[in-house]
Amino acid sequence: MQIIKDRAIVEDNWLHLDDEAALVAGDITVSITRWQEQHETLAKHQGGLGIRLTGEDPLEEIVPDLAEFSLIVLIFPAFTDGRCYSFARLLRDRYKFTGEIRAQGDVLYDQLHYMSLSGINSFELAEPEKIEQALAAFDYFSESYQTTALTPEPLYRRR
Amino acid sequence: MYQYDNYDQAMIDQRVAQYRDQTRRFLAGELTEDQFRPLRLANGLYVQIHAPMYRVAVPYGLMSSKQVRKIADVSRRFDKGYVHFTTRTNFQMNWPKLEDVPDIMAELATVQMHSIQTSGNDIRNTTTDELAGVCADEIEDPRPWCELIRQWSTFHPEFAYLPRKFKIAVIGTKADRAATRLHDIGLHLVKNHEGEIGFEVLVGGGLGRTPILGEVIRPFLEKKDLLSYLEAILRVYNRLGRRDNKYKARIKITVREHGLSHIRELVDAEWVHIRKQLELDEKEIERVKKHFTVPDYDTSAMDDASFAQMQAKDADFARWVKQNVRDHKIPGYKIAYISLKAPLIPPGDVTSDQLDIIADLADEFSMGEIRASHNQNLLLGDVKQGDLHALWLRLKADNLAAANMNTMADMICCPGLDFCGLANATSIPLAKEINERFDNLDYLYDLGDIKIKISGCMNGCAHQSVGHIGILGVDKKGEEWYQFTLGGSSEADASLGERLGRAIPKDEVVDTVATLLEVFKELRHEDELFLATVRRVGVDPFKERVYADN
Repeated sequence: MQIIKDRAIVEDNWLHLDDEAALVAGDITVSITRWQEQHETLAKHQGGLGIRLTGEDPLEEIVPDLAEFSLIVLIFPAFTDGRCYSFARLLRDRYKFTGEIRAQGDVLYDQLHYMSLSGINSFELAEPEKIEQALAAFDYFSESYQTTALTPEPLYRRR
Repeated sequence: MYQYDNYDQAMIDQRVAQYRDQTRRFLAGELTEDQFRPLRLANGLYVQIHAPMYRVAVPYGLMSSKQVRKIADVSRRFDKGYVHFTTRTNFQMNWPKLEDVPDIMAELATVQMHSIQTSGNDIRNTTTDELAGVCADEIEDPRPWCELIRQWSTFHPEFAYLPRKFKIAVIGTKADRAATRLHDIGLHLVKNHEGEIGFEVLVGGGLGRTPILGEVIRPFLEKKDLLSYLEAILRVYNRLGRRDNKYKARIKITVREHGLSHIRELVDAEWVHIRKQLELDEKEIERVKKHFTVPDYDTSAMDDASFAQMQAKDADFARWVKQNVRDHKIPGYKIAYISLKAPLIPPGDVTSDQLDIIADLADEFSMGEIRASHNQNLLLGDVKQGDLHALWLRLKADNLAAANMNTMADMICCPGLDFCGLANATSIPLAKEINERFDNLDYLYDLGDIKIKISGCMNGCAHQSVGHIGILGVDKKGEEWYQFTLGGSSEADASLGERLGRAIPKDEVVDTVATLLEVFKELRHEDELFLATVRRVGVDPFKERVYADN
């Protein structure tokens, strides 16, 4: 499938495995439950390894393991559920995660800008047919007042 | 007042362009109603019973005459020639067309106004004391801090989809004219033992279905830490606040369910990480404070003798001065309230023509600035005493001089079933009936300060639970009934009203108010105020009389 990554449309081959699904070769993501139950097996996985989190999950518990992951998928069950904005911010700013952070779920055009300022850099759109159009969503604003994942200094130190 | 620089202006202009595109996509069917809803709400647009309702921010209640003329202009061109001021010092247009809103927004942006985050589950307009900067008992002017919060909260990418709305109020006096204990966060500028000024921080206040008064989470916060501490509270709330039930999603419930001390620990744990990063430097504080410098007051204003003479000569003027004029920190200057509670006018409503006149009067008499108050009135903050009579005559000519501030006629009232999609019952017609019944000003003056607050549903937009007399509309099998509470207050002595008894049918509401006033007149000690009497005797004597017949 196609996703937006670093503001470009790219082909994506990650497999998001259910907790019951057998492990397969290649790039895979697993839920936090599966990671916590099978981390020894998973740490030996040959392809890329990613973890999936929802706003309910205990983010801090996986912080010691972050080096194991090249992808963190943040799940938005509804676009109005804003918890994962804080997750993204913490992952980038506090826990210094430099890999890919992806938004999955109810991911819509009009939320992409704030998601990207919070530190999310790839997006599986809920409406994949709008992917071309969605590239424009990052360009509405030239500045923001706050410290963001893209501008570590708030505007008041730059103006 | 604060003037936008290129950064501020670019951001609101870009917002207009973004919202124009969102509206276009909605009208073209590219966005569903559900997808568009939070986008329009984040721009202040509700869809109500008759028409959309558009809410515009008046940051900390302060407007220039130029802005007020623009409000007059857009309400004339895009609405029915009036606007409604709210308890959070915003204004609302009740009849705009959804497709016109981007144009209204663009017009407002030309005078540095916006409707960003005036609705939705985000950080709302920050409010303050309507007398900020001009009252004598101020520890420090709260407005620069409000502006710093405005900028920090505007388009905050992390906090656009909170569990629920989030309201912040800041005051710089011991007296509380901004109902800070009823806000998600209340900030009080205070002086500590070392004489340093900082903030006392309260959290978890709110009205609605479960009214709760905010509690102190931090007794003293250094000013430079303001934004980092707010960010820490918001981050804890964004992660922890309930999302399964919107009636339990406000931070007041989060605080109640987890306990204040646990929330404090979580906030502190978050705060240590971001304190340095978000520290406010002197340069930025000074940059913002420069916009709120003390104006060049005329020291000869106090030499005027006409003010006293005109009061002696003109009893109506003297009455208006007594009710609607307050002392200013500079001798010779006064603060004049413009009542938006003229009899038979919905509380808080003002016409486009009146707005133009108010703008002219502000230019002529009050340094070109107009303020909005929590009680849904307007005021001119810097009027020379010698100008008050001329000002009063002009206000009177346009039905803006009702001498009823802090009387029972100065009611707070939500739009109710006449305009609002949430309401169970009407509220404006009741305010009107109460006004009609108690139209004798001398009677009202004799009663003294009585705050009646009428909400058309338990969302409580008129803050009935902190009314001296609170009236709440409820639906009983399709009929409008009203639940009374007594003894609430939103000021420094904040308290929640106590229920009088079972709900009362609509046609008995005004009689019930009359009964309450009779009981009060019998029980009050000399000039005792209504609230004091209720607190002294409790609700029982009132209850006995109101429900005496059955």
